[in-house]
Parts: sequence; C-alpha cells; structure tokens
Amino acid sequence: MDFGIVELSRLQFALTAMYHFLFVPLTLGLSILVAIMETVYVMTNRPIWRQMTKFWGMLFGINFAIGVATGITMEFQFGMNWSYYSHYVGDIFGAPLALEGLMAFFLEATFVGLFFFGWDKLSKRAHLVVAWLVALGSNFSALWILIANGWMQHPVGAEFNPMTMRMEMTDFFAVMFNEVAQAKFVHTVSAGYVTAAVFVISVSAWFLLRGRHTELARRSITVAAAFGLASAFSVVLLGDESGYNATHSQKMKLAAIEGIWHTEQAPAAFTAFGLPDQDARETHYAVHIPYVMGLIGTRSLTTEIPGIDDLIAESENRIRSGIIAYDALMTVRSERENTPPDVTATFEQHSDDLGYAFLLKKYVDDPRTASEAQIVQAANDTLPHVWPLFWAFRVMAAIGFLLIATMGYMFYRSSFKGMTYPRPMLRLALWMLPAPWIAAEMGWFVAEFGRQPWTVDGVLPTAMSVSALSATELLITIAGFVLFYTVLFIIEMGLMLKYIRKGPVEDVDVTDAWVARHNSRLSGRHEADPIAAPAE
Amino acid sequence: MILHDFISYEVLRVIWWGLLGVLLIGFAVTDGFDMGTGALLPFVARSDVERRVVINTVGPVWEGNQVWFILGGGAIFAAWPPLYAVSFSGFYLAMFVVLASFIVRPVAFKYRSKRDSQTWRTAWDWALFASGAIPALLFGVAVGNVIQGVPFHLTDDLHTIYEGAWYMKFAGLLDPFSLLAGVVSLSMLLMHGAAWISLKTEGVVAARARAIGGKAALVSVAAYVLAGVWLAFIPGYGFSGEVPVDGPSNPLHFTVVQTASWLSAYGDRPWIVIAPALGIVGALLTFAGLRAGREVSTLLASACSILGVIASVGLTMFPFIMPSSSALNSSLAVWNASSSHLTLFIMLFGTALFLPLILLYTSWVYKVLWGKVTEKDVTDNSHSVY
Ligand code: HDD
Ligand code: HEM
Ligand code: HEM
Repeated sequence: MDFGIVELSRLQFALTAMYHFLFVPLTLGLSILVAIMETVYVMTNRPIWRQMTKFWGMLFGINFAIGVATGITMEFQFGMNWSYYSHYVGDIFGAPLALEGLMAFFLEATFVGLFFFGWDKLSKRAHLVVAWLVALGSNFSALWILIANGWMQHPVGAEFNPMTMRMEMTDFFAVMFNEVAQAKFVHTVSAGYVTAAVFVISVSAWFLLRGRHTELARRSITVAAAFGLASAFSVVLLGDESGYNATHSQKMKLAAIEGIWHTEQAPAAFTAFGLPDQDARETHYAVHIPYVMGLIGTRSLTTEIPGIDDLIAESENRIRSGIIAYDALMTVRSERENTPPDVTATFEQHSDDLGYAFLLKKYVDDPRTASEAQIVQAANDTLPHVWPLFWAFRVMAAIGFLLIATMGYMFYRSSFKGMTYPRPMLRLALWMLPAPWIAAEMGWFVAEFGRQPWTVDGVLPTAMSVSALSATELLITIAGFVLFYTVLFIIEMGLMLKYIRKGPVEDVDVTDAWVARHNSRLSGRHEADPIAAPAE
Repeated sequence: MILHDFISYEVLRVIWWGLLGVLLIGFAVTDGFDMGTGALLPFVARSDVERRVVINTVGPVWEGNQVWFILGGGAIFAAWPPLYAVSFSGFYLAMFVVLASFIVRPVAFKYRSKRDSQTWRTAWDWALFASGAIPALLFGVAVGNVIQGVPFHLTDDLHTIYEGAWYMKFAGLLDPFSLLAGVVSLSMLLMHGAAWISLKTEGVVAARARAIGGKAALVSVAAYVLAGVWLAFIPGYGFSGEVPVDGPSNPLHFTVVQTASWLSAYGDRPWIVIAPALGIVGALLTFAGLRAGREVSTLLASACSILGVIASVGLTMFPFIMPSSSALNSSLAVWNASSSHLTLFIMLFGTALFLPLILLYTSWVYKVLWGKVTEKDVTDNSHSVY
C-alpha cells in the first residue's frame, strides 16, 4: 500500500469537503430565512418584506450556485479516490446518498429555478410554496448526507459478508435512526441556521452603520436575531448530545478531544485549558473544572470515562482477535460452501474485530505474519493526534457561547428597544461574520480527524480505503481543484460584495407598482396587461 | 426482514439494471438539451441579447436536470457499488474533466450576466460552450471504452488494479472506436439542444438552431451506423458454465469467455433490434422535423433517438456492465456486481415512491415555464434573469 497516496487522497477530500462546507451552512439557513421573510410578505402584503425576500434571495442564489458546483465533486469523489471504501461499504453507504438525490436534490434544484424565474409566472401563494420547498429540499439533503456520515462514525445495521468481501446491510432502520446521525443532523443544521443569522445580521449592521437601507436592515436583524437565538441554543445543546454519544460510540475520539490520558475516577473533570503532549501522554498546565466532564460525557456522577491508555490496550486485544478472524476468513473464502463448521464458528465469533486486523495492513501484507512490535504499533495508531482535536473543539465551543450571547443581545434590542442598536454593537456584529464558519469547519475537523485512523469506525482503516492511483494523478487533480476553487472563491466574493454594496434592487414604490400590476394580471387575462413587464 | 423475499434477487438485479438505464436516459434527455444548448450557444446566438435569450431557455431548469447526473452517481453507488468503484477510479482524469465542466457550468449561468463587461460575458459564453461540449463528447468516449472492455483486474480482496501507466489510463481512452462513440454522443446532444432551442426561441436564433441541428442529426445517424458496423469486429463477452444469477456479488466466482462479436446478441435476442431502429428513425424524424419547423414533436423525436441509442448499448451488452479486457474473470455484470438483496429492495421501494413524485412536479414546473423566451423578456427583466 502506497502511503503517499493515502495522504494525498485525504488532503484532497479534506480540501474539497471543507470548501463545500463553506457554502452549505449559508444555504441551509438562508433558504429558511428567505422563506420566513416571504411568508411575512404574503401574510401582511407589505412591500418591504418582498424587497427583503428578493435582496436576501439574490445573495442566497450566488451562494447556492457554488454550493451545487462543489457538491457534485463530493458525490463522485468516493468512487474516484476511495474505490475500496466504495466497494467495501457501498451496500450501506450508497443508499442514503441515492435517497438524498431522490428526495432532496431534485426538490431543491427543481424549485430553485422557479424561485428566481417564477415571480411573474406564479401567484403569491404558489411562489411562497416554492420558497419553502427549496428550504425543505436543502434540509432534507443535510439529513441524508449526515445519516451517511453518521454511519461512518458509528456503523450499525450491517454485517460483513465473506463471500463478497464487503459490509452488507442487515437493518435499514438502524442505519436511518442511528442516534449519532440524529444528533449530528440537528447540530449541523442548527449550525447552518446560526451561520445565516450571523450573515444577515452582519450585512444589516453594515447597512445601519452607513445609514443605508435602514428599514430593510432593522427588520432583517429582527427576524435573524430571533431565528439565530433559537438556533444558537440548539447548536450548543446538540453539541452536548454529540459529545454524549461519543462517550459510548467513539470513546477514543472523546478521550482525545478531552485529553483524558488515564481513566479517571468518576466524576471526571473537564479540562478547560491545557497543552496536550502526545509523547508524554499528559496534558501540561491543565486547568480543570471538577465534575463537568462526567456530567457532559456520561450524564452521571458515578460512571468512569475510560482514558487513552486503557483504550489502546483494548485496541491491542481487538487486533489479536482480528488476526484470528482474518485467518478464518482466508479459509472461508477459499472453501466457500465446504468450509468446516468450526472455522465458520471461529470466524463468526471474531468477525467484529476483522477491521482491527486490517490496521496491520499498513505494515505487512498478511496480518497473520505481523510481529509483536507491529501489533503494538498498530494499537498505538488508534489514537489520533490529540492537540489539534483538543484545541479545535475548544474553539468551536467558545464560539458557540459567544454566538448565544450575541444573538441574545440582538434579540433583546430588537424586541424590547424598538429595533435600535448602539454603534459599537453593530461594529461587533460586523466582525462576528467569520465566527460561525470557523466553528463549523472546526466541528468537521473534530468529527473527521478524530475518527482517524478509521474511515468507518472499527471496520475499515483509512489506509486501506483508497483507490489504486498514482501520486501524479492525485497531484494533478489537487492542483486543478485548488486552482478552480480559488478562482471561484474570488469571483464569488467579488459578486457578493458587489450585490451587497448595491443593496436591494427595487425601491419600495417600484415594488408597490409591481404588486398592483401583478394582481391585475393574475386576475385578468395575460394579454390585457396594459403595462409592459416590470423592470426588476 | 422477510418482505424483500417477495421479489427474487435475480429479478431485482434485472430491475436495477433497467433503472440504471432509465436514469442514464433521463439524464441524457433532460440535461442533454442543456449541454447541447451550451455547446451551440456561440454559434446560434451572436449578439448579447440573443445569447441571453438562449441561456434563459434553460435558465430555470438546468439545475433540476443536472440532478439526473447526480442521482445517476448516487444510484450506481447504492445499487452497483463495484461499478461505482471501478469506473470512477478507472476513468480518473476523464472524470475530473467532466467534474470540472459541471463545476464551471452553474457558475457560468449564474454569473455571466451579473457584470456588464463584454470580455467577462464572452469568456463565460465559451465556458458554457466547453462545459456542454466536453462532457457530451466524453460520455460517448466512456461508453466506447466500456464496449471494448477496460483494462483492470480485481485482487482476491476485490481491490481494483489498472494495467498501465497513469497517462495511458487517460490517453488510452481516446482510441478510434471510442472517439467515434464520442462523435455519436456529441452530435446527438447537439441535435437535441437544437430541437430545444427551436422550441423555446423564435426568429433568427431558432432558424440557426434548426440549420445546425439538422446537420447534427445526420452526423449522429451516420456515426451511429458506422459504429454498429464496427461492432461486428469487436469481441463480445459471455459466461461459461453455470451462472449463479442469485448468488453473492463477487465477480471472481464467475468464468467469462470472449465471443466473436457483440452483434451475436442480436442473434440470441432478435427483438432488441427495436432499440437501434428507434435510435436511427428518431434522429431522421428529428432531421425532418427541424426542416419542417415542427417544434414539440421534433423534441420528442430527438428524445426517442437518445432513448434508442442508449438502450441499444445496454441491451447489446446484457448482462455485462463493465467488462475487463485484461482479466476476463474480473468483468462486472448484472449477476455479480450488485448490492445485496435487501439494499436493492429498499432502494427500489424508495425509487418507486419518489421517482413518480419527481416526474410529477418536474412536469408542473415545465408547464409553468411553458412558452418561448423572447428578447423582450430578457431586456425587460434584465436584473432577474441570467
Ligand atoms: C449538512 C449539510 C451537508 C453536508 C455535510 C454535505 N452537503 Fe452537499 N449540499 C448540501 C448540504 C450538505 C446542500 C445544503 O443541500 C447543498 C449546499 C448548497 C447547495 O446548493 O445545496 C449541497 C449541494 C450538494 C450537491 C449538489 C446538489 C444539487 O444539485 O442541488 C451534491 C451532489 C452534494 N451536495 C453532495 C454532497 C456529498 C457527497 C457530501 C459528503 C461528503 C456533501 N454533499 C456534504
Ligand atoms: C462537508 C462537510 C465535511 C467536512 C468539512 C469534512 C471534513 C473532512 C476532513 C477534514 C477529512 C480529512 C480527515 C483526515 O484525513 O485527517 C475528511 C475525510 C473524509 N470524510 Fe469528511 N467532511 C465532511 C463531510 C463528510 C461527509 C458528509 C462524509 C460522508 C458522507 C465524509 C466522508 C469522508 C471520507 C470518506 C473521508 C476520507 C477518509 C478519511 O480521511 O477518513 N465527510 N473529511
Ligand atoms: C458549546 C458549543 C458546542 C459543542 C459542545 C459542540 C460539540 C460538538 C461535538 C462533540 C462534535 C463532534 C461530533 C462527532 O465527533 O461526531 C461537533 C461537531 C460539529 N460542530 Fe459543534 N459544538 C459546539 C458549537 C458549535 C458551533 C457554534 C458550530 C457552528 C456554528 C458547530 C458546528 C459543528 C459542525 C459543523 C460539526 C461537524 C458535524 C457533526 O459532527 O455534527 N458546533 N460539535
């Protein structure tokens, strides 16, 4: 197995996924915010709300285009770069991906065109329905992709089949209602909602600071602050739920995030600050907050949280058990139906640990020939790098609390202080713009890097998942993606800034005139419209 | 779960082979006219307004159409995981070029008219041309390679290994037969795009589209017939010995032999001649329809031609999906490259539920958008259209 290929494939996947996720959260949240604004417009018939819908809708569209373009890369990358992975778990993993296409992508992509082109062709209510369908579609898409991702973190409802050398589905509902996926879904979409709320508030704050489009900006902040406050709470609560899940599904990840080197007596303390040291297996200068970790991780004061030392020892046992499974597998595969029953029984007894034997493939072709030192080495590999996880997690969580505070304040000013905002707060809101993006990228980093060395936790190591490519091919595509994505990013930012600067396209009185004409056109015949189609 | 036993594994595999065809045809028929329209853009439209008219004929729908491509990927992953793994890693750089086209296209649509500069707009026009023409050509090239067999083998663990150096994996795709197949797909989609433009526009733009589309239709028929004749000299594939049609999906459990030619399929299953006939007649009707200025029926004829051509490839190769030229026993076929019985069943359930729904709301959207796009539409709504 060529190691450079593994590193390059990981780099490429990380680059393209993290890039895709720059656009995803804004789509998730802004689609809903825009639909809410349009709902208010339809209910109150006030043109300002239509103006808001169109303005934020325009920015939504610019973002959406790149979200789609970069998503397509993701859909095909599993086959291109992770072909053994695709073979090995496609039976389970492919299903949510296909359902995502059937249920979500068609919905959002079909109606998004009508959202932008249908203003003149649809009644107000029909257009509102279209707006909500777009929002529904993007949120469904998040659901299915996170079910797929949740399965990689916590593979349930599947079994290894020695005849086909792959995992096969045994229980679809277990995959669908995977607790890890549920927590991930709510945490991630809420993160998207907060992101959009911060975006709307920041841009509006900029308008207010400049004294432009103040009507639009004030109302936008009001909607976004209420929406954002609720989502910020949800992000933090469900973040806690994700952490709680990790204590029983991914113990090693949790231990690494927290730098718990040695099993702690219950109730465990939370390390608020520290410098984890991988070699010494110790966290220097640690600042502990007693009890908190026990409460977060186990929701009790009496359950122990296993430390990294113990978890590595457990991995070593499972590697030894996996070698037995691997040995039996070789017989099952060559004898097929004629396998002696005792070999079948041995295989079934140890097959849950088969993935651990694969960890040795990094060092030897046949895990059965691994030396003691290699087994110890492979067991140590099950610990990801601690300090990046430790810190990425803390940055995310700190931003979570910061967002609750900001949203709470904005909500207070908009609900109880007549939508007035002190200038320093507006400036602060403007500077908050990157915060939710940083938190979301950190979150994915924690979830994915913390899963190493596994692609599918306990089942398939990353090093084995790759395609048989050459480094040259990977370098060409990585260079290509970097080039493309950089150019796209510059263009996208340019256009976003241009359209934000330009502000809402329509003046309110133009909108008024449009509404009057639109109503008469829809009630009368098309040709009877005396006024030319409106400029907008 | 007992439910899935109601449909046997064998039948499910054949159904999913058919659904794969449906998705590919759905993609070629819907996104096909988007690609064709993009590729024709610089030729049928000269002034900026004309170009905006052409772009806006597909403006509201290309995004939904493109999902056929995405769903094609997802469905292959779910129903034919080995095919997903082998084909996309095998056609690695070609896939990258296709992806690049699909990345450029959304952006070109969205951003082209958002600036007034002439250079800006011309650059995006050529981007739209490339992102339509290149994948249209490459899809045919890929099919041409699959028909001839792809040089890969599977290890005992079912890892996929490709023969030859990385650049040969790319350059080797471009052999004469595959290029001919590329000409078939490119000219077919140009014909389809022209039929679409002539339906959705008027005046000089529609007239230019009809002229080019007619030529494309003739080229596609000629290239397709030539490829059919060529096929007589390309070895086909078959199984020898017992074929466990409902056994585990492991290609290495099967023994594959080569036959004299793929065309022997027409001896074994004469009825499949319907497919190539439809492909040819459809294209000729499209040619006639474009000449006569018929609109809706021409687009339908063109769609039928696409259906016939794609179906003819699948039916000729059945049960093979992706034969290997260098290790016959690694060839992927309907009986050895599918998902498990349960997964196929669940996915069929999902498809039966959602595909009709998709067709329903998609047709509603097309109905809402029915009618020609005029220069006036574009100039009057300059801010909100592409
Ligand atoms: C939590 C949400 C989320 C996550 C983790 C991902 N995506 Fe995504 N994706 C979306 C949420 C989303 C979205 C909100 O639905 C997008 C983003 C912007 C957009 O336009 O739609 C989208 C677009 C999008 C598209 C284009 C869809 C269309 O045409 O409408 C594809 C093919 C993918 N994604 C595929 C993937 C794959 C294979 C991923 C896994 C590696 C992935 N996405 C991660
Ligand atoms: C869009 C949000 C996502 C981001 C930002 C993200 C981030 C990352 C990162 C940073 C890596 C590299 C980890 C490493 O190698 O150290 C990675 C790897 C990977 N991720 Fe994700 N990920 C995202 C979503 C997903 C989803 C939804 C899936 C599956 C459905 C997924 C599947 C994978 C796979 C297969 C790899 C490569 C194998 C591996 O390194 O484990 N990712 N991702
Ligand atoms: C106190 C606040 C927070 C806590 C306790 C928290 C906790 C967590 C945990 C434990 C994970 C890892 C889940 C896994 O390993 O599978 C995670 C992932 C993630 N977090 Fe947070 N988080 C918080 C705030 C935020 C904020 C503010 C954002 C963005 C605005 C965010 C975005 C994400 C994302 C996108 C992921 C990756 C997807 C996932 O695994 O759910 N988080 N978070």
